[in-house]
Amino acid sequence: MSFISYLINGISLGSVYAIIALGYTMVYGIAKMLNFAHGDVIMFGSYAVFTIVSTLSLPTWLGMLVSIILCTVLGITIEAVAYRPLRQASSSLAVLITAIGVSYLLQNVALLIFGANTKSFSSVVSMAPLKLADGGLTITGETIVTISCCIVIMIVLTLFVNKTKAGQAMLAVSEDKGAAQLMGINVNGTISLTFAIGSALAAVAGMLLCSAYPALTPYTGSMPGIKAFVAAVFGGIGSIPGAFIGGIILGIIEIFSKAYISSQLSDAIVFLVLIIVLLVKPTGILGKKIQEKV
Amino acid sequence: MKDNNHVLEVNNLSISFGGLRAVDDFNVTIDKGELYGLIGPNGAGKTTAFNLLTGVYKPDEGIIKLDGKDITGKSTIEINKAGIARTFQNIRLFKDLSVLDNVKVGLHNLYEYSTIASVFRLPKYYRVEKEMDEKAYSLLKVFDLDSSAKLKASQLPYGKQRKLEIARALATNPKLLLLDEPAAGMNPNETKELMDTISFIRKEFDMTILLIEHDMKLVSGICERLTVLNFGRILAEGNTAEVLNNPEVITAYLGE
Repeated sequence: MSFISYLINGISLGSVYAIIALGYTMVYGIAKMLNFAHGDVIMFGSYAVFTIVSTLSLPTWLGMLVSIILCTVLGITIEAVAYRPLRQASSSLAVLITAIGVSYLLQNVALLIFGANTKSFSSVVSMAPLKLADGGLTITGETIVTISCCIVIMIVLTLFVNKTKAGQAMLAVSEDKGAAQLMGINVNGTISLTFAIGSALAAVAGMLLCSAYPALTPYTGSMPGIKAFVAAVFGGIGSIPGAFIGGIILGIIEIFSKAYISSQLSDAIVFLVLIIVLLVKPTGILGKKIQEKV
Repeated sequence: MKDNNHVLEVNNLSISFGGLRAVDDFNVTIDKGELYGLIGPNGAGKTTAFNLLTGVYKPDEGIIKLDGKDITGKSTIEINKAGIARTFQNIRLFKDLSVLDNVKVGLHNLYEYSTIASVFRLPKYYRVEKEMDEKAYSLLKVFDLDSSAKLKASQLPYGKQRKLEIARALATNPKLLLLDEPAAGMNPNETKELMDTISFIRKEFDMTILLIEHDMKLVSGICERLTVLNFGRILAEGNTAEVLNNPEVITAYLGE
């Protein structure tokens, strides 16, 4: 019975990674850049919920709404201020370094505003745990909500990208910015929309993550951010189903390592798996083959 | 307003890269419904001229007028909306999108529904998507591509990819269509078919076309007037037959 319980916890943690990984993978797919500040957007979203719900004692739904709006605005602003001016830069390293800079900036701004003390985040989920097998297996409300959220987000996002004009514009921009522009597609607007969606998802991921693991500090987003990046690479960066599969597998590996091998070594094992996958299949599980012209 | 039927009027267009004057004092006037050729040896500045006309490069000097309106220095998006569409020398389709979706991307600015309508699947979303599908299919039919609509663009044979690129450009509802070496890499049969297609779209859509081409046979077969570029400058212009018999043109192409 404990095996099933670990498996469910793994899927739940993996769902959070998957939602964060979507932000990485969509931005990479469309803007061809790694937004290393993505994890810190999550942290800001969680602080927004904490401030409104715990500090100001306002209703939870309001906190969630403000958090999503704040993250969306933050994502669009970061892109417009820090990344857009560098889009024509000759080296893609410039924008990568900037992204790391933005990440530290966000962490330190949070440190300045909220202080270094760990805040105790109160769960946004008010669902009673589900007891199965005569109490032998308990599934928390957070787990159920997290997994369902992840599934709904995946379905809606896939439909959005494949079945709408804005989604088609995203796919077109991801394949060839220049040609898309010459067909009248607003490339800057499309990239902004991508950041907006990714950041709104980051807010959702932040709430779910902090509801399950309630310690909130300015560095809360950093490690899950990196692991979600690993998940995105693992699944094949640029691919939406890849982010989903990568996230879930990573979550399961992490929880199983903690349960059966060693909780100290679990992170090391996660990254070891990444290295092995990349050695065997450098483009990730669902990644596209990169054709090189000779 | 306009007192003539010039679709495109270009005066004194120039651009330099470093010390190289890639296009120098380029002039051309194209009338409504005309099929105009732009030829010249490799590196003569033909594609650069296209890039200036579509706003990919901003000219150092000169004026571009489309339908009497000054579009000099506008962005690529604005110029596309104003009515210039193009194809590329090396095909640049959205390879992983379906044939149908490639055309629908071209239709993007002609059909509107809000993001809200798409997320909540309001009736407007279905109506507009259906209209776009119908319009896209009707364009594909012209190029005999409607049976391949669901294939990925990369799965089409080469000649059909060239046609799809033209269909995608036409989807943006242009006043002027720029074709950059449409026959590049085609065999004689495909070239013949392409000539027929170009003549057909010119008639069917009442389209004004500016064509870059290496293939002399194609140029002399369908263009009434030509401009020859060499080292960025106009070497000759005028009626096709006269231009092709011009000794300077022959020298530029074949050497002394």
